[in-house]
Amino acid sequence: MELKELLRTGLAASCLAISLLLNAGCGASENTEAAGSITIQNKGSDTMVNVAQAWAEAYRSVNPAVNVEVSGGGSGVGIAALIRGAIDIANASRDIKAEEIEEARQNTGREPIGITAGYDAVAIYVHHTNPINEISMHQLAEIFVEDGSITHWSQLGVTIPNVRNDKIVRVSRQSSSGTYEFFRERVLGGRDFELGSLDMNGSKEVVELVGNAPTAIGYSGMGYATGKVKMLKIAEKPGEPGVAPTVQTTLNKTYPIARSLNLYVLGAPEGAVNEYIDWILSDAGQQIVEISGYVPISIKNQTD
Amino acid sequence: MKSVDTSRYRSKTKQTEAALSRGETSTAGIHPSATERSRRTSLGRVRPQRPRWAVIGEHILETVIRISGISAILFVLAIFLFVFREAFPVLGSEEFSLVEFFTSIEWYPTSIKNVRYGVLALIAGTFSVTVLAMVFAVPLGLGGAIFISEFCGPKLRETLKIVIELLAAIPSVVWGFIGLTVMSRIIVQYTDAPVGVNMFNGSIILALMAVPIIVSIGEDALKAVPDSYREAGQALGATKWQLIYRVLLPAARNGLLAAVLLGVGRAVGETMAVLMATGHAVNIPHGILDSIRTLTANIAAELGEAPVGSEHYRVLFLTGVLLFTITFLVNLTADLVIRGVRRK
Repeated sequence: MELKELLRTGLAASCLAISLLLNAGCGASENTEAAGSITIQNKGSDTMVNVAQAWAEAYRSVNPAVNVEVSGGGSGVGIAALIRGAIDIANASRDIKAEEIEEARQNTGREPIGITAGYDAVAIYVHHTNPINEISMHQLAEIFVEDGSITHWSQLGVTIPNVRNDKIVRVSRQSSSGTYEFFRERVLGGRDFELGSLDMNGSKEVVELVGNAPTAIGYSGMGYATGKVKMLKIAEKPGEPGVAPTVQTTLNKTYPIARSLNLYVLGAPEGAVNEYIDWILSDAGQQIVEISGYVPISIKNQTD
Repeated sequence: MKSVDTSRYRSKTKQTEAALSRGETSTAGIHPSATERSRRTSLGRVRPQRPRWAVIGEHILETVIRISGISAILFVLAIFLFVFREAFPVLGSEEFSLVEFFTSIEWYPTSIKNVRYGVLALIAGTFSVTVLAMVFAVPLGLGGAIFISEFCGPKLRETLKIVIELLAAIPSVVWGFIGLTVMSRIIVQYTDAPVGVNMFNGSIILALMAVPIIVSIGEDALKAVPDSYREAGQALGATKWQLIYRVLLPAARNGLLAAVLLGVGRAVGETMAVLMATGHAVNIPHGILDSIRTLTANIAAELGEAPVGSEHYRVLFLTGVLLFTITFLVNLTADLVIRGVRRK
């Protein structure tokens, strides 16, 4: 009997708690609704989804009346949604294609406008004991491309200490990743990867694996470096001096494997969307870009 | 009796009919159903009336149980139909060739210039890691089953069984995590392997996952061997080893085979752990320290990003059909083998 009673009161209490919680949640959203809430729909690149979410969260304290809804799916998905007019801002870690601009014009009568909100530099990682410091784009392509000519470190004149088999272990990303596509386009020139690479599911996993494998080479975002890996300098052509992936070299576009992170809108942004984009380009918004592991645009670039 | 049955209670379930035709005494183990009750009263036998809600409730309960029994068949059929329906259109596509699918190792589902769907390397990966896992798991599992069934005392047996069940309850992502962090470091330290995530790592993880299944089913099979066999063996002066090797293992052969096959089924179907531990490289392995990719891990990694209805999506479903067929065959074999045991 006593137990039953106890259970009953417990149940009642938890019901009450749940309903209170639910009410509180509803109440909060109703409040912002009452204050004339505006929702900005934001969709696109998976590379940018983390930084876009961080922007949306921080912006809530800047302007509580604006609610930014962020979702991923890929750059193409975001731009397609923009063309349909389903969203306000599309995130894209590539440039919009000419036919996409044309399609948007036909569909909505407005021109898509791109705003660069930051940069992503893809760094080439090797194990920290690997003596190599510099690699050319051509060598990099020959390592990763299908039927490439470089399979052993000795072909690059490199001897890795304490390693008998110096076969290069290639660390790549799963084929749906934006970084994979970017690397394929920029480094391999659209050719296919050689099979047999270890295809990791995340940027961090690539760096972690390379950090534990002396003969490995992998590519991942610049922000993921750890003490166990080394980032290589990259020469556009053999013989040229290599360029290290830094904020500086990304901004002045001397680092070859970098891309801009773009926001696309239809027509000149107005009202809340305009304010939001202005805030993203401000110091506060750019700080979030840096925290998320990407390269912020400099003030100079903004006026360009 | 029969005439009453057919004229008035046509809707009666077969079980009840069967029970009734066997006569009153044989229905002792079966709850009297509503129809039975009314029939009995109509025959003039005094029996307390059950309230109406109990009668209806029992009917509902019976229906629910019947549905849940049949639902398993419906679900399996529905899943197979769904997977096949999603995969089917690609078979008619011009760019897709079923021969290439089975014989090519080239898996380039998102290539810009030349899309190729060859799953031979993935099939090789799945089979090699499963076989190696069984090399570790079968001796360990059968040894465990023999120990629990023949050697250890009742107290230790209970403890072991609980611990082994716990082992079976560890989520596969946790196993994958162990493979990715702990195992891979050990492998790099003690072998020549350039990376720790490879076929060896994956197969050890799979073996650890399959062992609990092999132990518990194998132990059941050994326990099913009548004690008279053991007594006869001992009476003939057989040592414990002779008894196990010459008498118990042959007697429990089918059950032990079924245990192994179910372990194989587990290993073939496992996804998360192999995705994390095998290195996920499209590669036909030349040694046990090579990284591989399995059919399951490939689906898990790529299906989420393949546009619905695209060729890539359909080919992934086709590999699903392939997997379904493999596990179905393994399980069917295990089932037939177990049936073989029962018939004895």
